[in-house]
Amino acid sequence: MGQIKLNQVTKSFGDVEVIPPLDLTIEDGEFAVFVGPSGCGKSTLLRMIAGLEDLTSGSVEIDGTDATTTPPAKRGLAMVFQSYALYPHMSVRKNIAFPMRMAGVDQAEQDRRIKAAAEALNLTDYLDRRPGQLSGGQRQRVAIGRAIVREPSAFLFDEPLSNLDAALRVGMRLEICEMHDRLKTTMIYVTHDQVEAMTMADKIVVLQAGVIEQVGSPLELYHKPRNVFVAGFIGSPKMNLISGAEAEKHGARTIGIRPEHIDVTGDSGLWQGVVGVAEHLGSDTFFHIHNTGLAETITVRAPGEVSFDNGDVIHLSPRLDQLHRFDAQGLRIE
Amino acid sequence: MATQHSRSAARLMMAPAVILLLGWMLVPLIMTLMFSFKKYLPLRGGDLGWIGFDNYVRFVTSSAFWPSVVATLAIVGGVLAITVVFGVLLALLLNQPMWGQGIVRILVIAPFFVMPTVSALVWKNMFMDPVNGLFAHLWKFFGAAPIEWLSQASLQSIVMIVSWQWLPFATLILLTAIQSLDSEQLEAAEMDGAPPLKRFSYIILPHLGRAITVVVLIQTIFLLAVFAEIFVTTGGAFGTRTLTYLIYQRVLESQNVGLGSAGGVYAIILANIVAIFLMRAVGKNLDA
Repeated sequence: MGQIKLNQVTKSFGDVEVIPPLDLTIEDGEFAVFVGPSGCGKSTLLRMIAGLEDLTSGSVEIDGTDATTTPPAKRGLAMVFQSYALYPHMSVRKNIAFPMRMAGVDQAEQDRRIKAAAEALNLTDYLDRRPGQLSGGQRQRVAIGRAIVREPSAFLFDEPLSNLDAALRVGMRLEICEMHDRLKTTMIYVTHDQVEAMTMADKIVVLQAGVIEQVGSPLELYHKPRNVFVAGFIGSPKMNLISGAEAEKHGARTIGIRPEHIDVTGDSGLWQGVVGVAEHLGSDTFFHIHNTGLAETITVRAPGEVSFDNGDVIHLSPRLDQLHRFDAQGLRIE
Repeated sequence: MATQHSRSAARLMMAPAVILLLGWMLVPLIMTLMFSFKKYLPLRGGDLGWIGFDNYVRFVTSSAFWPSVVATLAIVGGVLAITVVFGVLLALLLNQPMWGQGIVRILVIAPFFVMPTVSALVWKNMFMDPVNGLFAHLWKFFGAAPIEWLSQASLQSIVMIVSWQWLPFATLILLTAIQSLDSEQLEAAEMDGAPPLKRFSYIILPHLGRAITVVVLIQTIFLLAVFAEIFVTTGGAFGTRTLTYLIYQRVLESQNVGLGSAGGVYAIILANIVAIFLMRAVGKNLDA
């Protein structure tokens, strides 16, 4: 069990309100991702759930019971930190055993859980090493192992992959997803990387300046961003956001069109421009297009190899059924 | 560029410094060794020739020798224990955010700047004097008979004075070590269910291991040679005659340079024995 509910939660540091009143429910077994630019309060929110930060007001409920003043150790949550926070003077085995030792789990049960965790995380050969002798990915796995053996009602991840290189990050992402499928435990995951959010989450919570901009499944956020911020934040490359006369034509203050929803041709289209930079990735080609008569540089993602090059004149046809329209407040117009 | 030419030039240019340092170290050492094999009484006939190991035998068989070794080790051990324990506690305290932190830290470090002679005199006359000392007044205020610190509890008094001088050093080193502890480790331990005392013993104390080793090693080097504090307080009486003080007495009070030099060689040997024990006991903490 691991339903987590935040009621009118706020956090202030002195006079600065980091998180204005906020409501959020994370269902049992859900993989929720908090995503937002750095400094948006997502880590603070996670630490408040963990109990490492006090709430200024409001309450936190875990499984229907009020846990606002419960100390972190008693909340039944396990946390994986960005720096891994392994204990450097203890072997991997002792690191993983530490929470069980503190809880007074008997030795046979400890050994059983360590063995199971080590097998699941490929750590069996490294149990007697110190964290300093492990690679970044292995340390990450030890940190996860230390969380698993507690059999918590929910896992909290604070940007766990940001210290890993790109290839390892993709691998660990998969492992965490598979772990979630296997354990079916609630997980809350904080990241600034929207790709991680899109690939891992059941539910994405987009935050900006402590305010929840939108809550929804990855595809909901992709297809129906509630406002300009979410539209610009979710998706890679970023959505083209165009304001001015072109937007007025569609009856909106701002219109948005994703790079993958613009077709390119050499002869005719709605907009015409000059290719500034063409990035050929093989699977896709990205064009950054200037001189379209719009104020903004337009980014286009064409599938496969398209043979336009820097300085070529190009015609663009946005798919109008995929156009997003936003009003003066930045909110979506249906 | 380490060419043959630049290497020999470097050697040539380093030579004066190396020779100076070697001379600085070797000349006194060799002279000590030389004197230790001679009967040398500056005011009673001067250099009276080689006498083999007589000085060494006399120094060890003197009734003052073993008590002086015990006193030396007691002072070193006592001061180390007090400075490490209180150093850790003070460092923990000073690491807490509080008002006036900068000033408090400077005040804590202050005793280290006071010269040993001065601080010993201050302790002797202001605190420990059985008639006018602050401790005497305190004892009298509670109706107790004042302790004659430097005669009744002489060794403890000296340990107290020297600890007061070295506590700032230990605190300073341990404070910087505590400040380098990753706060996420403490938070992880808190989430793992470790109460404050266990967080201290499982996370903070092991983290401080290396700093404590450094404190112990450096202090031992200096504490083996404690002299001024004994000179101005007890003058070596009441069981406070350390090995250093015994050597001083042999050379200057008895005017027997040969005997004192033999004692000096024993002091070198004692220092090395202590060093070996220390490196065995705590040296592994220094390995990364």
